[in-house]
Amino acid sequence: MSDEPKELAAFSCPLPLPARERILLGHGSGGKLSADLLKDVFLPALGNPVLNLLEDQAIVSLNGIRLAITTDSFVVKPLFFRGGDIGSLAVHGTINDLAMGGAEPLWLSAAFILEEGLPTETLRRVVASMHQAAAEAGVPIVTGDTKVVEKGSADGLFINTTGIGRVRDGISLSASQAQPGDAILVSGFLGDHGIAILAEREGLQFETQVQSDSAALHTLVARLLEATREVRCLRDPTRGGLSSTLNEISASSSVGMELNETSIPVREEVRGACEMLGLDPMYVANEGKLVAVVAASAAQTALHALRVHPLGKNAAIIGHVTADHPRMVVMRTPLGTTRIVDMLAGDQLPRIC
Amino acid sequence: MKYLDEYRDANIARGLAAEIRRRSTRPWVLMEICGGQTHTLMRYGIDELLGESVQLVHGPGCPVCVTPLETIDRALALAALPGVTLVSYGDMLRVPGSNTDLFHVKAEGGDVRVVYSPTDAVKLARLQPGRKVVFFAVGFETTAPAHAMAVLQAARLGLHNFSILASHVLVPPAIRTLLSSPRNRVQGFIAPGHVCTIVGCREYEDLVREFHAPIVVGGFEPVDILEAIRMLVVQLEEGRAEVENQYVRSVQYQGNRLAQETVARVFEVADRKWRGIGSIPVSGLRVKDEFAAFDAERVFELSSVCAEEPAECISAEVLLGHKKPTDCPAFATRCTPDKPLGAPMVSSEGACAAYYQYRRHLVTL
Repeated sequence: MSDEPKELAAFSCPLPLPARERILLGHGSGGKLSADLLKDVFLPALGNPVLNLLEDQAIVSLNGIRLAITTDSFVVKPLFFRGGDIGSLAVHGTINDLAMGGAEPLWLSAAFILEEGLPTETLRRVVASMHQAAAEAGVPIVTGDTKVVEKGSADGLFINTTGIGRVRDGISLSASQAQPGDAILVSGFLGDHGIAILAEREGLQFETQVQSDSAALHTLVARLLEATREVRCLRDPTRGGLSSTLNEISASSSVGMELNETSIPVREEVRGACEMLGLDPMYVANEGKLVAVVAASAAQTALHALRVHPLGKNAAIIGHVTADHPRMVVMRTPLGTTRIVDMLAGDQLPRIC
Repeated sequence: MKYLDEYRDANIARGLAAEIRRRSTRPWVLMEICGGQTHTLMRYGIDELLGESVQLVHGPGCPVCVTPLETIDRALALAALPGVTLVSYGDMLRVPGSNTDLFHVKAEGGDVRVVYSPTDAVKLARLQPGRKVVFFAVGFETTAPAHAMAVLQAARLGLHNFSILASHVLVPPAIRTLLSSPRNRVQGFIAPGHVCTIVGCREYEDLVREFHAPIVVGGFEPVDILEAIRMLVVQLEEGRAEVENQYVRSVQYQGNRLAQETVARVFEVADRKWRGIGSIPVSGLRVKDEFAAFDAERVFELSSVCAEEPAECISAEVLLGHKKPTDCPAFATRCTPDKPLGAPMVSSEGACAAYYQYRRHLVTL
């Protein structure tokens, strides 16, 4: 506004916000603002038939072999938290994005952006944790890169990981494939990661300490896909939580969803923390959970397959896909009434009262 | 969760709703004052449960929503000043001023921090003696004691770099304005339990006597609100108008004396502008002259910024209960939480935003 003549500014309509847009923290929240960035900036410049699908991973064919490629950057603060650290998270996150495409993860890359002055010991701990996570998952880190920026230009340490995997034969998963009648499943308790991070960041003490659920889900996915081929779509509800993931699937498939609030698994401690902080667990991040949309006939088989795996033992069927209210996710409340579960504009904000 | 799940129990809630439907001989018009209660009504679909037995209209009790546009503009101007750290509750960050919001000011280099408690802002002022820390002190009677504590703490510590930009509104004067309106159709009120926890119930006695409309102090969970509605319906059906307390687990008749005294040491009652409604006599709190050194309005000599609401917004009609959010032609089309035209759409506790967020699947646009 400062470069505008005063008179003009005085006459301008107070709303909407003017077009001197800048990147806000909310653009990285996985909600509506992130979607706007894709639509307004990235797709117009970079769009192509593979990218335009906007899945969590690209699936490309090479000599008849379908490869999944994905990349993700990790900027979590603090670097170490209950249940994990930035290193294990960077391994798990990228493996999960491959797994959600029905791919078997094969190789990872790791790129580090380090802030001048970072204690080498911190880096050593993070890298050791990456090694352990990759070894446990059986996915080697085969290439990498390191850059150092001046003090103040980064917050200690950022990591980017890229992953390549091979899509299982006969498997084709996509957020655009949900059909009315399909069942919606989650693999366990929601909101653990987000609350663990927030508790660490805000120095909050709860009676029971919540741990991040950070985990590699590819063996859980393998178990599910062995049990049934009737899986339409898999997603991991990370930033923006379950609600953002379901809204994306519902928009991409042009279907509605109806959820049952009492079926959604949330730990007592996480519910308590959310009550105290004025947050809704539906929007809190997860790093070791998946959402599966499965044909109704295969719902019980899928549920059983998830539950026999240690990472899916608290799996639940939480709702179904419907032809009603397309592109809208509706929750049936414990009182038998309904409400919308919307996508957030940016990050969840704690309320005054 | 103990002490919470009981108040969300489906059987108890349905039982109360059935009793309300049975007892109600006509669609009584009831208003919940507080945005937190509106939020619960919408989130749990309590309107759906009650059908036609009562008509719920939503009051002006969202402090974020009714904070005047010029106060927001002042906060934005302060946040943009070099050397100033503006500290705020989270939900003020998205509230648009005339030209921008705190998120954008932050992105442009302004130092904006979010805290859960105003005393964290005092701590920040101690840690950064070279910066001026301003706490954006917004709220009803509920947050005023904590804001007063922060000022007293800063005074005790001898801090010269801490001040508050105060925007406090008071509930009873707003109810008086509503009831005095010739167009009023509200027959009974649910008063906000957290406000009464601080100020008690006495002020409501005067309103009930003067206007003969029952007021029930209610909590914030579905069972609380349904029970408060039932108590109002019983009074109305019996032709009674009294102050009753549903929220007995928190509210005592005389309120919290210590909190009241703390507020009275730092603040005094003053006329106050409510965004979307206009000026209401003696409906706000201002910092007393004695503590002028902690009043950002005076410390920074913030000149009054004149800001006009878009004419299309019917917020006064909504906030005073004359109209429902869905009666507005701009609802969910030209006015959404992303691009609000006025007060009740700006915070998740505003009536329009609550309808938009939870109920628009039931509305034909």
